[in-house]
Amino acid sequence: MAEATAPATDRVDGAEATDAAPAPGTPRARRGRRRGILVPLWLGYVFLYLPILVVVVMSFNESRNLFVWTGFSLRWYPELFADGAMMQGLANTLIVATGATLIATVLGTLLAYGIHHYTRGGLIRAFAIAPAILPDLLLGIGLLTFFSLLSFTLGLHSVILAHGVFATAFVTAIVLARMANLDPSLEEASRDLGMGPAKTFVRITLPQLAPGIVAGALLAFTLSLDEFVIAFFTTAPTQPTLPIVIYSMVRFGVTPEVNALATLLLLVSIVAVISAQRLTRLTGTSR
Amino acid sequence: MTTTTPQATPAVRAQRVRRGLAAAPFLAPGMLFLIVFMAIPVGLLAFYTFFKRGRFGGLVFEFTLDNWAKLAEPLYVGVILQSIGLALVVTLLALLLGYPMAYAIAGLSPKWRTVALVAVVLPFWTNFLIRTYAWILLLNNAGFVNQWLQALGLTDEPISMLYTPQAIVVGLLYMYLPLMVLPLYASLQQLDPSLREAATNLGASPWRAFRTVTLPLSLPGALTGCIFVFVPAMSNFVIPELIGGGKTVMVGNLVRDQFYEARDWPFGATLALVLTMLLVVVIVIQAAVSRRITEGPRRG
Repeated sequence: MAEATAPATDRVDGAEATDAAPAPGTPRARRGRRRGILVPLWLGYVFLYLPILVVVVMSFNESRNLFVWTGFSLRWYPELFADGAMMQGLANTLIVATGATLIATVLGTLLAYGIHHYTRGGLIRAFAIAPAILPDLLLGIGLLTFFSLLSFTLGLHSVILAHGVFATAFVTAIVLARMANLDPSLEEASRDLGMGPAKTFVRITLPQLAPGIVAGALLAFTLSLDEFVIAFFTTAPTQPTLPIVIYSMVRFGVTPEVNALATLLLLVSIVAVISAQRLTRLTGTSR
Repeated sequence: MTTTTPQATPAVRAQRVRRGLAAAPFLAPGMLFLIVFMAIPVGLLAFYTFFKRGRFGGLVFEFTLDNWAKLAEPLYVGVILQSIGLALVVTLLALLLGYPMAYAIAGLSPKWRTVALVAVVLPFWTNFLIRTYAWILLLNNAGFVNQWLQALGLTDEPISMLYTPQAIVVGLLYMYLPLMVLPLYASLQQLDPSLREAATNLGASPWRAFRTVTLPLSLPGALTGCIFVFVPAMSNFVIPELIGGGKTVMVGNLVRDQFYEARDWPFGATLALVLTMLLVVVIVIQAAVSRRITEGPRRG
């Protein structure tokens, strides 16, 4: 689709050029207009990246003062790693994200397969995807109410279950999308050759779904890493996840360690985005 | 899963049962999980709205409509209206800023399109709280925007920007702008360029071609983007608290406070359900409007 657009736009420009008569300034004016179109885009990028840039630059600041640049220093990076609360938060977040991703990947894949093969109306599909659209606030207080009614002790396990809910919805949606593009004749052939539904699922369907499952799991993991509201309502005060640690720091006093943390997290997400891009391109060419 | 109609013959029913049994291993674990940890908790909230609050959170099993009646108090009506207003302003600004961005990206060469899109989404993948905190660095009285303004000689005294409603708007806009750009880009990129070409060939000016061809066809994307921005902006409570300083209360803050400070869980549940119902209404309207837009031209 992308290749088809490029020559077509040229044709539009060609038509304009003949309409506008061969005035010598025309190509330059057109180029000027194209650049003009890019101005809001650049302004948008300034808006999106200026805050991040400030945080990254200030992570190399020597001073403890958040707002005054006094000189270059790397001191906040080792201090970040020496910060017990921050590292505990990071460990908690990784535990939660891993647990929630495991739940979501298994349940979401099974759900997607079941929905695709055994349901006709959209009711079960809508129900399975609903947590992705449900306001996080509602799910958070709903689970808090539910857990406290059952006198269920809050902690990382309750956050894992809570994150598992919305993560399952995302995995289901992504695997379902992948499922729609599969060739059903392979599964039919497998059944015709006498393999049962379970065996067909494991041997034929799963390998074909693998890219979708991996993509769903990655999304579930990243969303859980970043999730604040639901974790806020469903964890114990003694077991904060990283976003909750940052939240309390911002409320009660920030040290430049937060800048260092932000820079590292940014680096991780850049690497993740680029490798995800590579991964999809690799699986794309192998098909 | 499978509904049995009364006139179903035993054979048909047996086949349905068999189908249900085959589906069970795939559907049952996930459905059970979602019923226990989503449907029941949300249902429980709905149930709570009809009971009295307990002294230390929780509730007393005594039926009441007070929680719903309380919503009519001017204080709460004001908060709800204020939230809607702020979320609407954010959505409108996101549309005004996001549309030209998406339009510019759709006009790039395929190679640069990917780069430009990734660049829009990338900030979205950095931690939400850190992005919020970054605005404190910028907007504080001692912050960088004030430092730059003073360096440029535009102001002598620092302008207080943090802890204002405008700061909340900027923060929410910053947070959700990518969610506006993506659906807009998707609809703009799908436009058949020959339509615009036809318009210009028939003598329409570029502006007119844009207004009569591109703009109407990109409306579904714009509506989707508006929903993507409006819905989370409406229920956010972190930005009003951290950037708004808690002075400007939004529905989300009110809900949070009912669960933590006021310890009035039934009323908090009522507020959260009202918020959700409002959002459902908005989404239903959006779906209806965009269906009319896509079907409209064909009907005549």
